[in-house]
Amino acid sequence: MKGMTVIVKTISSWVKVLIFLFGIYIILFGHLTPGGGFAGGVIIASSYVLLLLAFGREFAEKNLSLPLASTLDCTGALLFIAVALAGLCYGGACFFWNFLQQNYLAGKQNAFELVSAGTIPISNIAIGLKVGSSLFLVILVLSIYGKNSSNTRDTNNKE
Amino acid sequence: MTVFYILMMFIIIGAIIAVETKDLLSSVICIGAIGFGASLMFLFLRAPDIAITQIVVEVLGLIILIRATISRDLTFITGDREFFGMVVSVVIILVIFLAGIEVFETLPEFGTPVFTQVPEAASRTYVSEGMEKTGASNLVTSILLDFRGYDTLGEATVLFTSIIGATVIMREKSRKMLQE
Repeated sequence: MKGMTVIVKTISSWVKVLIFLFGIYIILFGHLTPGGGFAGGVIIASSYVLLLLAFGREFAEKNLSLPLASTLDCTGALLFIAVALAGLCYGGACFFWNFLQQNYLAGKQNAFELVSAGTIPISNIAIGLKVGSSLFLVILVLSIYGKNSSNTRDTNNKE
Repeated sequence: MTVFYILMMFIIIGAIIAVETKDLLSSVICIGAIGFGASLMFLFLRAPDIAITQIVVEVLGLIILIRATISRDLTFITGDREFFGMVVSVVIILVIFLAGIEVFETLPEFGTPVFTQVPEAASRTYVSEGMEKTGASNLVTSILLDFRGYDTLGEATVLFTSIIGATVIMREKSRKMLQE
């Protein structure tokens, strides 16, 4: 039996959804409340690390496989750079120009609303994707390859 | 400008020694010296936050590298502790302690940000005009992703590079290639 005991598995199967939703909330409301891409990404990664610790490595890898996680990582990084380059193309002619806010939302009183602040929520989502998948990748890579290398070292010592 | 040339020569000589020496531990120590030289250069270029980051990363990397190399490369220092060395270390600790007390006395009172005392601080602009200019009610996010987007881009690049490094170092193929 892989993973921890039944109690830990049951509790974590309830809690993992709440942690994941809380991470998404922190990312989406990053421009209104404390938090943002980095914090929300770390929370999402921690929900997957909880899966990995409670149910074993295979279960977590079935949920978010290594190629998918690395694809999400690259998607986040490319989306962030795309937002920055879009500021270069539209109007401002300056890297990281907040073109949505300056060109379309400038005169409107929409502070404290979900759709405000121009490109900042998009960058937050990109950073959240990137940080979440990459932190999960680090722990997955360390658990996979660390286990394999210790096995080979043991066999080498036996030989 | 002469300070920069001296530091550059120091860094280049340290790098050459780090590549050429046979002893792993002294190579790691040379890399640490290179990092501290770079942080001194950042300090003279009036970028103290980058200098602090450089020093912190350098110390962490030095600890990890020494921890990694000290088991492979057995260099033991034997013999009793000399009286002169002990006196020198006690004097250095005293000097650092007194300098720390002097620095703490010049700090502003707890809870008063520095930018309230400096009239031309950039943070004043962020606080007073950040809401209108970016539309984000969370000022920290507006600074991180709008005013200082380059910083966030750099941090994301550091994270990306560290994951590539972890994957490359930990994968099995490199071990097999090393064994052959």
